[in-house]
Amino acid sequence: MKQGLLVDTGTVFLYLFCGLLPFAAIAYFLATRKTFSLKFKGQTFHSTSGSYGWYAVVWTLWPALAASLLAAVLSLTGVAHVPGSALVAAALALAAGGLAVGVMKVKPGLRARNIVEGVIVKLLFAASLISIFTTIGIVLSVIFEAIQFFEIVNIWDFIFGTNWNPDEAVVHAAGAASESAEGLFGSVPLFAGTFMITAIAMLVAVPVGLFSAICMAEYASPTFRKIAKPTLEILAGIPTVVYGFFAAITVSPMIVQAAEAIGLQADYTNALSPGIVMGIMIIPLVSSLSDDIITSVPNAMREGALALGAYRSESIKNVVLPAALPGIVSAFLLGVSRAVGETMIVVMAAGLRPNLTMNPLEGMTTVTVRIVDALTGDQAFDSPETLSAFGLGLVLLVFTLALNIVSLLVIRRFRQQYE
Amino acid sequence: MKFANSLSQVKKRKRRDRRFKAYSYSAIALAGAFLVFFFYNIISNGWTAFQQAELKVEVTYSEEAMEMGNWALSEEMSYLVSRGYTRLIPVRMKEDKTLLGTSRQEWVLADSEVDQFLKGKPNRLSKAEKTLITEMKSHGQARLAFNTGFFGNGDSKLPEMAGIWSAAVGSMYVLIITFLFSFPIGVMTAIYLEEFAPNNKFMPIIEVNINNLAAIPSILFGLLGLAIFINFFGVPRSSALAGGLTLSLMTLPIIIISTRAAIRAVPSSVREGALALGATPWQTVLTNILPLSLPGILTGTIIGLAQAIGETAPLLIVGMMAYIPDAPGDFTSAATVLPAQIYTWSSDSLRAFTERTSAGIIVLLAVMLSMNGLAIYLRNKRETKW
Repeated sequence: MKQGLLVDTGTVFLYLFCGLLPFAAIAYFLATRKTFSLKFKGQTFHSTSGSYGWYAVVWTLWPALAASLLAAVLSLTGVAHVPGSALVAAALALAAGGLAVGVMKVKPGLRARNIVEGVIVKLLFAASLISIFTTIGIVLSVIFEAIQFFEIVNIWDFIFGTNWNPDEAVVHAAGAASESAEGLFGSVPLFAGTFMITAIAMLVAVPVGLFSAICMAEYASPTFRKIAKPTLEILAGIPTVVYGFFAAITVSPMIVQAAEAIGLQADYTNALSPGIVMGIMIIPLVSSLSDDIITSVPNAMREGALALGAYRSESIKNVVLPAALPGIVSAFLLGVSRAVGETMIVVMAAGLRPNLTMNPLEGMTTVTVRIVDALTGDQAFDSPETLSAFGLGLVLLVFTLALNIVSLLVIRRFRQQYE
Repeated sequence: MKFANSLSQVKKRKRRDRRFKAYSYSAIALAGAFLVFFFYNIISNGWTAFQQAELKVEVTYSEEAMEMGNWALSEEMSYLVSRGYTRLIPVRMKEDKTLLGTSRQEWVLADSEVDQFLKGKPNRLSKAEKTLITEMKSHGQARLAFNTGFFGNGDSKLPEMAGIWSAAVGSMYVLIITFLFSFPIGVMTAIYLEEFAPNNKFMPIIEVNINNLAAIPSILFGLLGLAIFINFFGVPRSSALAGGLTLSLMTLPIIIISTRAAIRAVPSSVREGALALGATPWQTVLTNILPLSLPGILTGTIIGLAQAIGETAPLLIVGMMAYIPDAPGDFTSAATVLPAQIYTWSSDSLRAFTERTSAGIIVLLAVMLSMNGLAIYLRNKRETKW
């Protein structure tokens, strides 16, 4: 049933689009011609001919679009379903009517330009609302599905449970056993894995990123800086799927060999390799944010320290870095939020098995790996495993939003300090 | 005594100072070294995939070959020639009836094991087969030729037949959708926020929102695409439309932020000049500000699209990792994209696919780096303007 509906939607859109365009063109043509002929008879117009053309276009389009929107709202809310062919016919009829009204209204005294520009500004405003709708859409869609998930699985079991085993839940759901699915969606091992990989990533990204920023902001010559900065930024531009492949094919075997050389046992899906590679990916984020912050520390502070006899490194360590600390903290938080939400590297290089361990050489899995795993399988859309992806997504969303907001607030306070 | 003490302290401080400087330079060196190692690794793994083994064998277009392509080849050769090639023989004979009954020497696509052997990589050929290939090579009957199939073919289960064409077309479709949705909306939003927005309590909400949107993990956009576009609006799963819409929401904040920066960089004298001549605010924007900020807007758009072309996670969620051997015909049919193709190949156990994966990565990186290069070029050009 749904399949038929969506093919319909596409054709309806196409017909509407292709039908309305010529109407709009005709409206523009008729309205401008009317102004030309009236001007020829010596009338003076308030606006240019083009404005009247656009005025007629607006009149052609808005009744048809409003009707389509109304029909869409009606069918989406389930009040009434308007058949596609009727909708197209009605919309085109309305467009024709609008065209007639619009062209008729074209008169010398009409302030067409003001009206058209008013419409344009409203359109611009509507466009700027889309980012808000997107955010609301993400929050709502994740919350609604997550609520369904938490109806099946107890939320406290989800947060504090240490056993993540959705496959078993599938068996239970098949009806073989009388036990419920509870207790199999304990997310602690996933968060432990996420935390471990994030920690490794930050251990790589923060020192390297921070020292790179210090080098570029304090030591490097302009030429060196001009080369080094875009070079570092290449690291941020490399697709994550490429990093994932690199981590899985090159770094993991290297780590296994290195571990063997010192007498340790490492899995091929160890947490270390995605962690390190992810850290390398985050270096440019940390370094460019810290660089911005360090260069915005007033020079007077540096010069004061140097005048008192401090070495360059001492002025950096004791004066510049403490002053830039809030910004560096916010770069760190953004890095954490990036690492927590990163997907492809861990999907390709980390394990699939939830594993509650402190050993980074063992395989671990993360929240994002389980989301991908749950949604790329053959499960029905309302199975607990599929819905668990939205439960995890909700936690991920709340966590990263909190980190982003905190880091934005921190950086805003820092900026105020020096401006 | 006291003097000597402080002298040694100064030396110590000086050493510490030098060490700190060395740390800072070595951090950059480390990142640079990684980049060099990374590119070396990918290119050395992948460049061989741009060559493909071919064998010169006797092909006999007989009645039997109509039924089974293998019969056109001698028995020992039929194991060395790609199964994909032999499957095509009956098709070709149906298209060209004159072939029947003829027999001739042809360069044909070799099996991936032969390919790996000729490239000196691990393979599963038997010893006799290896000597045969070596002999053929010395007679000039086995060669490594430029791999046109890699660029012209779609995905295949046979590594020697697999190519990136259908994924590249899919990527292009997704990019077109992404551009069509994110560019107008992004530019309109930026114009509104910079030029028309009233100074009220609602505007900071929009601004915070845009910044937040830029920092939401990409996989959550996949969840949004799945829940809203696919389940709610009924956009076909795995289609370029679903993928493009999802990515356009991700690209939107990048375009908005860079467009705002570009508009803000237009000197206010331009604005005031236009207004003083009697232009309305909208005319000022359309005829003065937009043309002047266009290079900046394009820079941001290209950077956003370059990011979109490399994005994988949300596309996996909306189902764009299906096995797609043919290039998609329209925006609503099932499609795959370059990064998803790379992901699919990378999880294949056949060794020859590892090479293809690296080659696909080289292509993807080349596309991305050239897009970013274009963006940098545009930015530099703009910077000289005022």
